[in-house]
Order: sequence, then C-alpha cells, then structure tokens
Amino acid sequence: MDIVPYLLLATLEGLVQASVLMLTALGLSLVFGVMRVVNVSHGEFFMLGAVAAWVCANLIPGPPYVPFIAALLIAPVFVGALAWAADWAILKRINYNPEATIVSTIGLMYIIQQMTLITFGPDAQAVEAPFYHTVRFPWFGYSGYKFFIIAVAIVLVGGLLYLLRHSKVGLYMRATQFDKETAQNFGIPVTKVYSGVFAVGAMLAAIGGVLVVPSQQAHYLMGHDPLLLSFVVVIVGGLGSIPGTIAAAILIGMSDGLLSVFFSPTLAKIFSTLLVALVLVFRPQGLFGKAGR
Amino acid sequence: MAEVVLLKTKGLTRHFGGLKAVENVDFQIKEGEIRAIIGPNGAGKSTFVNLLSGRIKSTSGSVEFAGEDISRMPAHKRVRKGIAYTFQITNIYGSMSVLENICVAVHNRLRPSLLSRNHVSEDDIEAEAAEAAKTVGLGDRLEEVAGTLAYGHQRLLEVAMGLALQPKLLILDEPTQGLSDSEIANFKEVVREVNKTTTVLLIEHNMDVVMTLAEQITVMERGTVLAEGTPDAIMNNAAVQAAYLGASA
Amino acid sequence: MSIHNKKLFLLCLATLAGLFVLQFLLSDYLVLAFTRILILAVFAMGYNVLMGYTGLVSLGHAMFFGAGVYGAGLSSYYLGVSLPVAFLAGILAAIALSFLIGLLALRTQTVSFMIVTLMFSQAAFLLILYFSEFTGGDQGLTLPTSARSFSLFGLEVDMTSDVARYNLALTVFGVVLLGLFAFTQGPVGRLLVAVRENEDRTRMLGFDTYAIKLLAFTVSGGISGVAGALYGLMFGYIGSAFAEFKISIEALLFTLVGGPGTLLGPLVGTGLMTLLIDRLSGVTTAYLIVIGALLIVVTLWFPTGILGTLRDRWLPWLK
Repeated sequence: MDIVPYLLLATLEGLVQASVLMLTALGLSLVFGVMRVVNVSHGEFFMLGAVAAWVCANLIPGPPYVPFIAALLIAPVFVGALAWAADWAILKRINYNPEATIVSTIGLMYIIQQMTLITFGPDAQAVEAPFYHTVRFPWFGYSGYKFFIIAVAIVLVGGLLYLLRHSKVGLYMRATQFDKETAQNFGIPVTKVYSGVFAVGAMLAAIGGVLVVPSQQAHYLMGHDPLLLSFVVVIVGGLGSIPGTIAAAILIGMSDGLLSVFFSPTLAKIFSTLLVALVLVFRPQGLFGKAGR
Repeated sequence: MAEVVLLKTKGLTRHFGGLKAVENVDFQIKEGEIRAIIGPNGAGKSTFVNLLSGRIKSTSGSVEFAGEDISRMPAHKRVRKGIAYTFQITNIYGSMSVLENICVAVHNRLRPSLLSRNHVSEDDIEAEAAEAAKTVGLGDRLEEVAGTLAYGHQRLLEVAMGLALQPKLLILDEPTQGLSDSEIANFKEVVREVNKTTTVLLIEHNMDVVMTLAEQITVMERGTVLAEGTPDAIMNNAAVQAAYLGASA
Repeated sequence: MSIHNKKLFLLCLATLAGLFVLQFLLSDYLVLAFTRILILAVFAMGYNVLMGYTGLVSLGHAMFFGAGVYGAGLSSYYLGVSLPVAFLAGILAAIALSFLIGLLALRTQTVSFMIVTLMFSQAAFLLILYFSEFTGGDQGLTLPTSARSFSLFGLEVDMTSDVARYNLALTVFGVVLLGLFAFTQGPVGRLLVAVRENEDRTRMLGFDTYAIKLLAFTVSGGISGVAGALYGLMFGYIGSAFAEFKISIEALLFTLVGGPGTLLGPLVGTGLMTLLIDRLSGVTTAYLIVIGALLIVVTLWFPTGILGTLRDRWLPWLK
C-alpha cells in the first residue's frame, strides 16, 4: 500500500483533534492570561458540553441536526452561566488568589464530576452525528462531520481573535491582562471582565465537548484528558499567550495522533505530564516564548 | 589616615530591555564611611544598590568587596560576606514577634549551617537579638507582633535586623521615608551609633538627613554618576544644582 | 537543652496519652478506624511541614506516599526482606524521590509549583500503571502471609492483630510527632516560617532559601513515605490507588481543615475528615462531592483551619 493515503488520514485525524484541542486550550489560556488563575475544573466544563449534547439529543425530537444545533447553542450558555456563578460565588470572594483558586476549582471539579455521575450515570453514552456525508478521496472516504468540526473551530477561533484585537471588549481584556490596577483606574470594569472571561473560557470548552461527542462518547470522567492536553498546550505555548496556544494546539493535536500509533496511551500520557513539568521548570516562558528578563 | 577601600565597582551596568537603569558605574566606598547616594526618581539608585547586594544580577561590570570579586556571588552569600541590605518598603515577618524577627538574622550569623549542631544555643541567639533591638530603641517591645508595630518602629526593626547581622557594610534604602521629624532625629542617632562599627551606605531623599550624616555624597542621574564629593562640594556643584537640587527646590 | 513552647509540648504528650487510652474505650471497628487515622495523620503532618510551615502548596504528595507504599511493599514482595527492613526501604525511597523532585520543582513558585508537583505525581502514578506486571497496577499486590508478622528486639508483632496494629501506628505517630515538635518549634522551624512569611527578606538575611525549601520538601516527602510504608505493610496490600491524585488532595484537605502550620492540626483534620468520609461512604458513593464542597468552604471561610482559628483567637502558642 502507498504511504500517501496513510499520511493523509493521519493528518486529517490530527487536524480534527487539534481543532477541538485549540478551542479547549484557548479557554484555559484566556482565563490564565487575563486573570492569572488556573482553572482545574476546565475539563469538567468540556465534559458538561458533551453531556448537554446527549441530553439535547434525547429530549429534542426531529432529525439529528436539530438537537445538535440546539446543543451548540444551549450547552455553552448553560456552562457559561455555571462558570459565571462559580466566579461570583467563589473566585471573586477569594479575590482570585492563585493558590486558593486552584484549590477551590479542584473542589468544583469533584462536585461537577460527581453530580454528573449521580444524574447522568456511570455509562458512556453515544450521540448521533448531525449529518452523514462522506467526502470521497481516491483511497478512502472520510466523515464530512469531521471537516465540519475543523470549520467550526477555525470560525470560532478566528472570531475570537478578531474580537480580542478589534473590539472594545477585547481592549478591556488586554488592558486588564496588562495591568489590573491601571485598568481599574481607567474605569474598566475589571470584575465584570473577570467574570466574562471565566464564562467565555468555560463556553469554549463546552463547545469543544459538543463537537466531540458524535465521534467519542459522553462520560462523566471524560474531562481528564482534555484538561491534561490543554495544560500541555497552554504551557508549551507559553502561559497566557494566545498565538502560542494556537500554535501549540496544532502541533500537539497533530503529533498526538501520530504518537498514539507508536506508543501506548499510558506512555503518551507519561510523556505529556513530564513535558509539562519539565517545561515549567526549565523554560517557564514556554517552548515558543521569548527568553524572560 | 590609612584608608581601606571596602567596596569597589568597575563599569557596573544593568539594562532592562532597552532601559539603561545603571550604566557603567565606577564607585568606591571606604571603610568606616557614611555615604549617601542621592538623585532624582528613576536615577537608578535602588537598582545600583540592588546590584551591590546581589538581588539583581548585573548585565556587565564587576563588584569587589573587601578585596574579593563578588560579581557572580548570589545574594545570600554576599550577606554572609558582610553586605546587609534593608528594604525600601518595610519588609519584615509580620506574624512573628520583634524578637523572632531579629533572631532570624542572628541565627544566620551564629549558626550558618542548616543542619550542623554547634554550641550556640537559642538563648545566645535571643540575647544577641535583644541587644540589637536595644540599639535601635525597640528593647521594650521584644514580644510585640511585628505586623502590629507603628510604621516608624517597623523601620527601626528593619534596621535592627540589618544590625544583627553585624555587617561590614549596611545598605539603607530610603530609611527615613514616612518617618516623623522626631523619629528622623532618633534615626540619625541610630545611624551614628551604628557607624562606629560599620560602614553605611544610604539612599536618601531627605536632604537634611543627607547633609548631617554623610561624609561623602554620590549623585546619580539616568543610571550614571553625575558628581561625587563632600556635602559642601555637592551643594556648590553647578551640574548637581541644575539636574537635581534646582529641580526639586 | 531548653524546650521552647512548653505548653505545646505538654499538649503533645497529653494527646499521645489520650490516644493510648482510647484503644480501651473504643469498639473494634473504631480502633481500626483510628489506626488508619493515625497513619494518615502522619501523612498529613508530613504534608503540613511543606504546606503549613513553609508555605509551599504541593499537589503531588501522593507520589511520596506512594513511594513509601511501593518501596516497602515491593521489597517485601519480591525480595522477601523482613518488615522493618521493608519499612526502611520505603522511607528511603520516599526521601530519595522527594529530594530529586524538590531539586526540580523548587525552581518554580506558587501556581507553577502546584502544577509541576501535580504533573510529576501523575507521571509517577501512570508509571505504576504502565509497569503493572511488576507493580500489580490498579489490581495491586497482596503481601504473602510471611510478611504479616515480624520480630524486632525480641518482640513478636502480628500484623493481623488489631491491637498490635493500633499500637504500632501510635508508636510511629508519636515518634513523628515528637520529631516534628523538635523540627518545627526550634530554630529550623523559625526559618521555615521565615521563608513562608517573606522569602526575599530571608534571602537578604543571608540564607540560601532554596536549601531551606529543599530541606522542608525532603522532610515532608520523607514523612509522607513513612506513612505510606506503614500503611502498605500494615494492611498487607499495595496498589496504584495509593498514588492517585485523590491522595494528594486528601493530605491537602486534612491539613486545611485541621489548621495549616499547627503541629496538631493535621491529626484533628484527619480524624474529623476520615470519620466523616467513612460515615458518608455508607450513605452515598459520591462522597467526593463532600470533599469538593469542603475544599471550597474551607478556602472561602476557614483558611486557617480549626487549630489555626484557635491559635489566632486565644492560644498563640498553638503552632
């Protein structure tokens, strides 16, 4: 057999994975970049997105694309509201202290996970893809839905970048990221920016969860791997750097597919965790970042 | 008079990105001196003394202390060589008592190794710490929690911690900032007392303190040394008047 | 040598005496529960050296507990060494690992430090799973009956006896408690607190703060290993669950509840939490919700814990 079809397939799979990862990691990166806090419950927001898609598929009648589109709208709104509430009830009250935030989002992670277990159950649940269309290549056919995932990710990330660079909200966010006190003095509603950023970060993860559920299954523990991979992406790309995060997401999403061909998943995870730790120890500015002062 | 150079810098430089915070400074201080460094805000005074104490690493140039090149030495080793530094912003252990604060400093001198057990007991450490507290006038506040002290007393505690190290060179970064007139008068006495055994280098904005205490003054501007001399000479230096005294008067 | 903080010293002795008497008052079930509490309290006390006294929040202490479990368990299982030797092997493994991880992790601070310790610990956990043919993986290994008793200095100890286990746990707990009293209430303890309160200041008083933190890290990891080794050998079972993320979180929670930076806080926190979790596990499988909620509640309203609050309000010597 020719090597070309194999490479093409691996590239496509890598791109799909990179797209979802880009959305999820961007949420984590945005929160860290602007608020300087690490949200350990980020993976649970991803999982909630997937579970919401399953709930929609079961409650909303009609052809599969109807509940899917509904999920794409409802899941981020629901998860965003949840994140906003968590910000209001917890993070704001501990004044976004970085260490206390990690501890309390670990608590949030357990709560979301176990509540999902109680209501949704321990079994993995499949969701039908919104449409079946096969893109034909000379060697094989490929799911059109996966191209759709890539397209949605590109549109969302593009839109987000545009907003960050060109809108007033984006200006507020950049100003807050640069210097919280000064931003406050200029009349920027920093607390609102924080709540908004935390909610948007969670929404991005939720959309990632909705997109992934037709090709994976929804399960209450499915948030672990996206959280770990997002950590890898955000830290390799340089903490808080949006372009670095996007570049790292593509690199890691693409290579993860290839790595899993050669190594067992456990070994790949050992490699990822050690990579995060060692990058933080030896190159805290990230692999792509400029050398620090 | 046999004058021994205690500290000497050659071409000492520190850049932050494009900003030349300290540029090519040659500086000397003699043993037993009280030296003041003055200059407008942003002249690089704090960065300069931080280069001496080792809190900031130099971009280039050398620092020599008591005849030894210490340019590459980490901060804590420089302290052990005899360079003590007191912070510009009061920097004490808020939840510890006054005595415990000073004990940490004495501990370093009397029992430098972390794990070895030598014969210095806690009682010896506490006795010396109490002594240092007395020197700055905090002798009757040993058990008070440092964080609850009045600001002026916190500054004195800061000095006491520096003293407890029995340094060869005591660097005071804007020690009288925020003190009342009577506290400043007391502070001047403390520095004179300290100077009997220690060389003092202070960054100071209060010209009255500078003129009464300093034997030599170094004027910095934009990261370089603008002038150096006795208080009288500095007062009469045209360049200094133009750059600094004139501007703030 | 004079003893600093005599009140605390007397309270420690009274606590040990009380714990000794307890075994005659409690039901068999509770004696077993308190055996586990004593061992886990040793773990939390080790954690507290780093988190409470030195101010470094680790999210990876499961790896040091696990190093104790596996260092002891594997040397007993494969090499057939006697239990005291296996116990020492577990402690040494934990000390070596914590020294090594400390060297690396202490180059980072606050959030990075938390993530680095978490990642190293996850890597260690995954390594246990990856080499499951050797380690037993998540199924674990049960130690042979030959490893269920030992004799030391002419004393025969049977690890299947509840009374023997309780008193062994209490002995180890007592040694660690008094050792930590000396360590934390003396000059070295003052340096740990100095680093926690103001690291830059401590450096400018001439201390190599990296070395102080490394000492605290190694002692902390070593004591966690003591607890792990004891747990594995005492109950004759080793498994990857001992190195899970949840184990690190339990140490954190027990310490937070009891009072970080207080000598007896971890015992109080471990006791309350373990009894609560045991009670809840009967009611619902989702007891992790309670752990999660408590993490948030303690962070929000109770950051100094039970003994920390007592210390700040009424008993300044309780540290």
